[in-house]
Amino acid sequence: MRMAVLIKQVPATENIKIDEKTGTMIREGVEAELNPLDLHAVEEAVRLKERLGGEITVISMGPPAARRAIASAIAMGCDRGFLISDRKFAGSDTLATSLTLAAGVRKAGEFDLIFAGERATDGETGQVGPAVGRYLGASVFTYVSKVASVEGGRIVLERAVEGGHETVAAPLPALLCVVKEINTPRLCTLAGKMRARRTEIPLLDAASLGIPDAKLGLGGSPTKVVRVMYPQITRNGKIFSAADDPDGAVRAVFDLLREHGAIEEATSDAE
Amino acid sequence: MPNSRGDVWTLAEVRDGAIHSVSWELLAWGRKLADKLGSRLASVVLGSGVADKTDSLIHHGADVVYVVDEPELATYRPDAYNAVLVSLVKEYKPEIFIASATTTGRTVMPVLYVDLETGLTADCTGLDIDPETKLLLQTRPAIGGNVMADIRTPNTRPQMCTVRPRSKRPLAPDANRRGEVIVKRGAAADLASIYQFLSFDREKAVGLPIQDAEIIVAGGKGMKNPKNFALLEELARRLGGSVGASRQAVDLSWAPYSAQVGLSGKSVTPKIYIACGISGAVQHLAGMSAADTVIAINTDPDAPIFRVADIGIIGNAMEIVPKLIDMCPGGCGRKGGEAR
Repeated sequence: MRMAVLIKQVPATENIKIDEKTGTMIREGVEAELNPLDLHAVEEAVRLKERLGGEITVISMGPPAARRAIASAIAMGCDRGFLISDRKFAGSDTLATSLTLAAGVRKAGEFDLIFAGERATDGETGQVGPAVGRYLGASVFTYVSKVASVEGGRIVLERAVEGGHETVAAPLPALLCVVKEINTPRLCTLAGKMRARRTEIPLLDAASLGIPDAKLGLGGSPTKVVRVMYPQITRNGKIFSAADDPDGAVRAVFDLLREHGAIEEATSDAE
Repeated sequence: MPNSRGDVWTLAEVRDGAIHSVSWELLAWGRKLADKLGSRLASVVLGSGVADKTDSLIHHGADVVYVVDEPELATYRPDAYNAVLVSLVKEYKPEIFIASATTTGRTVMPVLYVDLETGLTADCTGLDIDPETKLLLQTRPAIGGNVMADIRTPNTRPQMCTVRPRSKRPLAPDANRRGEVIVKRGAAADLASIYQFLSFDREKAVGLPIQDAEIIVAGGKGMKNPKNFALLEELARRLGGSVGASRQAVDLSWAPYSAQVGLSGKSVTPKIYIACGISGAVQHLAGMSAADTVIAINTDPDAPIFRVADIGIIGNAMEIVPKLIDMCPGGCGRKGGEAR
């Protein structure tokens, strides 16, 4: 099985800053980590390799520091990695990113299965995975919660959708955006880390991908961020202490529920 | 003179053979946009056996309904859906095309915009028309709601986005509204699919999926054990709500992943969110701070969940939840709480 995993390095969730002028995230000087939801994509690829054999290529688009995220995926059991990086990619929206990533995947090889996480915890769009799949002409599956079988050039899998799970099938090559419930990611072993350190991670830049400049980065992005705001989410609500006033607290909640129609009027007389 | 600008389109969502209420929410957004642009509002319905179900879309604000009613569209097949939509968009050239940020909408749109080479903005919570440029202003949260961004698609059409479910109430239906229904046949080449739908396994959870729920009773590590966690199910049942969970509660297998609220789970916008034994890590607040009303119960007075609470109770959820259960006898509460 020839597999690829698309991963993203994201700012560790606590401290994120935005450049007010360009409306894009400031990535320099912020502690970064491998997008937590991508760990499940890496893990699923590694499990399939253990079952069916094959090779896993990790591909990430980002600044040079994203090599660290690629290395940690290799440490979990992937075999090789590519970094897609160029100043020309700066400011890419999801369309430009997907086009660039798809070109990088083609450059990295031919694949039967491509894995991605459900979405990244910074941009939170979930659009890049399916869009890359579309650019590659692969079968596209989002919200994948279980891979049931891969045989005879066909994949059967489950998707977690509103109200339940659907089982669907399509031919390979396929791109799967997996959800967290699909597995529990393993920790890297020391041996894995050593191997990651020895593995070279080649660079794919704009020139090597052969995409016209007009389709790259900010200029190649149909969407433009025009304003960025930092909302305050403090509500200054009413706080009760159950120890001091247990009934008052419960009564306040009850009144509020009744006000919203969650409890019918008549029930207040019944207690 | 017809407006030279194209129409505003919404993608109706069909679930279990019926038009789902998120379709009406989209029409409420779409009505506002179409009125500001002076254009028509159209809704697109793809499915099988849906041709006679278009009335509710018109009653909720659509001027036009495009229906493609074919057996091949009975279940969501990404390639057939996409090909049919590409053909429709190329024929009618809408100005704006919005879909709900459901699992279907969030799959249909990212495939479609690649083919249309236009912009797509994910999971918007606000939409408006810029009075000067007449462009769609799309407001969306990112990084767990810590940032809100306004996004425009100036040069390509249609301007596309997905909209977070429950970010707007449907308009009151008007049974006297009239509209035009245009039934289209899908081209055989468009309907051909490499995808096979095999089966659907319905989840046996209390209430609606949390993305659709008006009331969510959510629990965290502070519930201590699965037995206590079950108290939340009882309260949710009595209130006609659904059960949500923090990441820790899901990791402890007290609740399924589909119930997880937060950055690595679902973003929810219920009317009422009752957080029981949830401390309120940034990642959790990211998924629920847009709820209309938040009630928090936690033993730790410094828990961050109290910052976003309208009513906070410093106390033990295991003692307070049973009192709330006792206050609402079984079976009361709003409709729609049954598992579907």
